[in-house]
Amino acid sequence: MLKLTQNLGQQGLMAVARLGRRFMFLLSTLAGCAGLIRRFHLLIKQLYSVGVLTLVIIVVAGLFVGMVLGLQGYNTLVDFGAEESLGVVVALTLVRELGPVVTALLFAGRAGSALTAEIGLMKATEQLSGLEMMAVDPFRFIFAPRLMAGFIAVPILAAIFNAVGVFGGYLVGVEWVGVDAGSFWSQMQAGVDLQEDILNGVIKSIVFGFIVTWIALFEGYDAVPTSEGVGRATTRTVVQASLAVLGVDFLLTALMFG
Amino acid sequence: MPSSSSSRDALVDIANLHFARGSRRIFSGVDITIQRGKITAIMGPSGTGKTTLLKLIAAQLYPDQGSIHLDGQDVHRLTRSALYTLRKRVGMLFQSGALLTDLNVFDNVAFPLREHTQLPETLIRHLVLIRLHAVGLRGARDLMPSELSGGMARRVALARALIMDPMMIMYDEPFAGQDPISMGVLADLIKTVNDALGLTSIVVSHDVAETLSIADYVYVLSDGVVIEQGTPDQMKASESPWVQQFIHAQANGPVPFHYPAPEYMADLMQAG
Ligand SMILES: Nc1ncnc2c1ncn2[C@@H]1O[C@H](COP(=O)(O)OP(=O)(O)O)[C@@H](O)[C@H]1O
Ligand SMILES: [Mg+2]
Repeated sequence: MLKLTQNLGQQGLMAVARLGRRFMFLLSTLAGCAGLIRRFHLLIKQLYSVGVLTLVIIVVAGLFVGMVLGLQGYNTLVDFGAEESLGVVVALTLVRELGPVVTALLFAGRAGSALTAEIGLMKATEQLSGLEMMAVDPFRFIFAPRLMAGFIAVPILAAIFNAVGVFGGYLVGVEWVGVDAGSFWSQMQAGVDLQEDILNGVIKSIVFGFIVTWIALFEGYDAVPTSEGVGRATTRTVVQASLAVLGVDFLLTALMFG
Repeated sequence: MPSSSSSRDALVDIANLHFARGSRRIFSGVDITIQRGKITAIMGPSGTGKTTLLKLIAAQLYPDQGSIHLDGQDVHRLTRSALYTLRKRVGMLFQSGALLTDLNVFDNVAFPLREHTQLPETLIRHLVLIRLHAVGLRGARDLMPSELSGGMARRVALARALIMDPMMIMYDEPFAGQDPISMGVLADLIKTVNDALGLTSIVVSHDVAETLSIADYVYVLSDGVVIEQGTPDQMKASESPWVQQFIHAQANGPVPFHYPAPEYMADLMQAG
């Protein structure tokens, strides 16, 4: 019994310490972002590398999700004779929810895990210590450009996901099952609100991009510097980032549309 | 023992160093003096804290007690910017080389110059090629770190450590995992570079023969304290059974071959 409480207390302390390290890490990285103006090329390089990693996945997933939405939406709407509204249903589902959330989940699985592995290996091969020894701050040189790149890339990727998804819905809804193209587009135009829907969706994906990249970078930074430790950190990134995205999505949805 | 007059020639002065990782004590009262212009070896078995000591000297870690003076400055009391200024004058070779994986050999060596100076590219090219030539890898400038052997990676790291004209270089296990030829090459390089450029070198190692062949002075660490010090010749002549075991690589001695275990026969019989 004593042992149990002791264990529990120890676990609790460790969790608090970890949370503290997480926030210290974030503060140092944000402080490092100030120097990014002078090192703009680092940001470009990171944007390119996360973009390339994730773009194909995003396009393919967006197309399929849009097509499924088109089919399921049509099957439901046609029972009420409301299949003309298919466009607005597909667009709203994508812009409000699936676009930001699925993009963030895919980003966590592809780019997030890659970031953790990259940073963890840098730690294991002493590149981070090496930078410090050369009087170069790793927070400025390594972490800040990556955090900023995730922050910028995810909203753009989500926008691409939405666009491709709407196209997928159009393919199935209009080209295949035969909803009228005019009403598909005009209903969509009338039903989607710039601020209420699009802006909120963009805010969501900015928040998700930030959270996923933060978790990915921290897990790499905090990894036990062995091949086993880096492997475990990579798994933790995907699990934690995915859960964080879904949890925060509920909070944001409740705030925005509740 | 270093007298007070000789400690004026000291580049690094470590006094009464205590350091623990969690509950594990790594140093309990270490005194080490590194003389200017000399190669000082710090030896000891794996896990005694040799790498930790180098990180303490570079103020990547902070001691629990005691002080480390580098070139007259207490490294653990410096502001961040003063510390970074000091670090530009100290090179460190990590065990793995610590080259940046996404830059080629040339860019790795040029990296500190590009970060810290506004020198024109033509001059940077000159300076880099001079250093690469000195370590015999001028022809390897376009290779990526993943294409280098372990010994080559360490030589590139040495070229990089030399690029800012440091006053001191710290080598972490420069010989570990090397074939005999690259061991010899690295040992020669460390000696040549130290003498030709008038540097001060700290070599941390458990490779006895190579280290004794180039060192001017040796400290042996074990269980958190300096157990022996002297010139390589004094080391070889040391009476200490521990040093004897370490230097002559004997399996039996004060450092046991067996991890603590129950009595052998009893352990075997228990299985049934
Ligand atoms: N980051 C760390 N966290 C906790 N313990 C560490 C860390 N790095 C090293 N240690 C421990 O400190 C001790 C000394 O390590 P180190 O200085 O690497 O030894 P050496 O270089 O002499 O082999 C070892 O027992 C090691 O397990
Ligand atoms: Mg070591």
